[in-house]
Amino acid sequence: MYSATGINCTPMAGAVVEDVKVLGLPLIPFVIRVLIALRLKRVEYELVEVQIAEPKSEILVKSNPVYKKIPVLLHRGKSICESAVIVQYIDEEWSDGSGSSSILPADPFDRALVRFWAAYIDDKLPAPVRALRWGTEAEKAAELAGQIRQALGLLEEAFVECGKGKGFFGGDAVGYLDIALGSCLGWIRALEKAKSVKLLDAEKLPRLTGWAERFLAEESVKGLVPDADEYQKFYAAAEARTSATPAA
Amino acid sequence: MAEEEEKEVTLLGTWSSPFVLRVKWALRIKGVEYNYVEEDLRNKSPLLLQHNPVHKKVPVLVHKGRAIAESSVILHYIDEVWPLRPLLPHHPYEKAMARFWCKFEADKLSPPLWRVLTTRAEEQREAQASSIESLGLLENELEGKKFFGGQTIGLVDVWLGALAYIIPIYEEITGLKLVDQSKLPRLCGWMEEFLSSPAVEGTLPPKDMLLPRYAAMREAFLAKAKGPAQQ
Repeated sequence: MYSATGINCTPMAGAVVEDVKVLGLPLIPFVIRVLIALRLKRVEYELVEVQIAEPKSEILVKSNPVYKKIPVLLHRGKSICESAVIVQYIDEEWSDGSGSSSILPADPFDRALVRFWAAYIDDKLPAPVRALRWGTEAEKAAELAGQIRQALGLLEEAFVECGKGKGFFGGDAVGYLDIALGSCLGWIRALEKAKSVKLLDAEKLPRLTGWAERFLAEESVKGLVPDADEYQKFYAAAEARTSATPAA
Repeated sequence: MAEEEEKEVTLLGTWSSPFVLRVKWALRIKGVEYNYVEEDLRNKSPLLLQHNPVHKKVPVLVHKGRAIAESSVILHYIDEVWPLRPLLPHHPYEKAMARFWCKFEADKLSPPLWRVLTTRAEEQREAQASSIESLGLLENELEGKKFFGGQTIGLVDVWLGALAYIIPIYEEITGLKLVDQSKLPRLCGWMEEFLSSPAVEGTLPPKDMLLPRYAAMREAFLAKAKGPAQQ
């Protein structure tokens, strides 16, 4: 039966032991994080697209009854929710012991640094990004864009301490913080295009701009972060549906 | 400063902050000695601004000259640097569940509890119902366990622990019941166990200082909600 925290189900006869499913949608940054993490660990998975607007997919509600949100990772009959929790689970579950494919750094202080900045990203980016996207008057829009730029500005500085002169926040390889911010790049670029506003400004944020290019070109990331046009198509369709709905 | 260097761990905090208490409990459990610096948040010290320039908040842990901020980050750091008496379980799935419940508290329990304190009438009743629903999920988690961490205090206990003394204060101020022994017996038992455990004994802010503080917050929020025209 289903408990508050997850499903416990007997695997079907003959099922592959490492059956990994992700409930999600390919455009959602929090979902993209999980997919990148699985790719980094070379774990095969199935992305199960679900309905997040009401009525939500039954599998979503049953595997994440507390939040009813994506992403959800289904592994060995258990469900794990919340992108930060899932990515850390992936790092720990598929750890090869040598640390070579680690998503989080080995040193506790470095781990604290990336956790701090990952929490910062979730605290400071999603709200203004969503508010700005769904249309608002010019003055409020300018304020929201400013908030996003300010957050990115701090991350530009953080890149120095975290990256230690290398190409990624994680140093030589993509790591936890690269995933946390990089998964949002499509969102940010789409917003820039849709609202004709500069957020990830190459002049003001040269390190982040260079990092973004490198990140998107990585094998483990390629194809997972949609470009601005894909987001635009999705938003246009969503807006069309909203305006087509007759007023109550 | 000579004093600060005697112990290599310093905690910046305030006497009333439940977030700071989480860190104190963790350090206690690990047997880590530390300097404590009481901050005045209306007059932030250069030390605080230097060590937490991004948020300028407490708690901040300074270890060997390097600062860590955000209680969740600090707790993980403490658990990793001083691995004896682990706060987090060993198995990745159990770890994930512990982290999940911490996030749950922040998302689904703390906000409605705050609204219980700071609103009235219909809004307050809804907040009470929401809080009790969330507390119900925690009740289920305690089945067969003395603590959320099992037989010993773990990360989730430390994370939720402040509720054990804050909830009764909210109940007293608002006259509303949140943890009804007949409905949430395990949670009641947990609150008692937690508050009487060695790690927690003697660490709580004095109730006679805390209660007026929260009561004043309630008054301030209610007055603000009324608006200038109706005061």
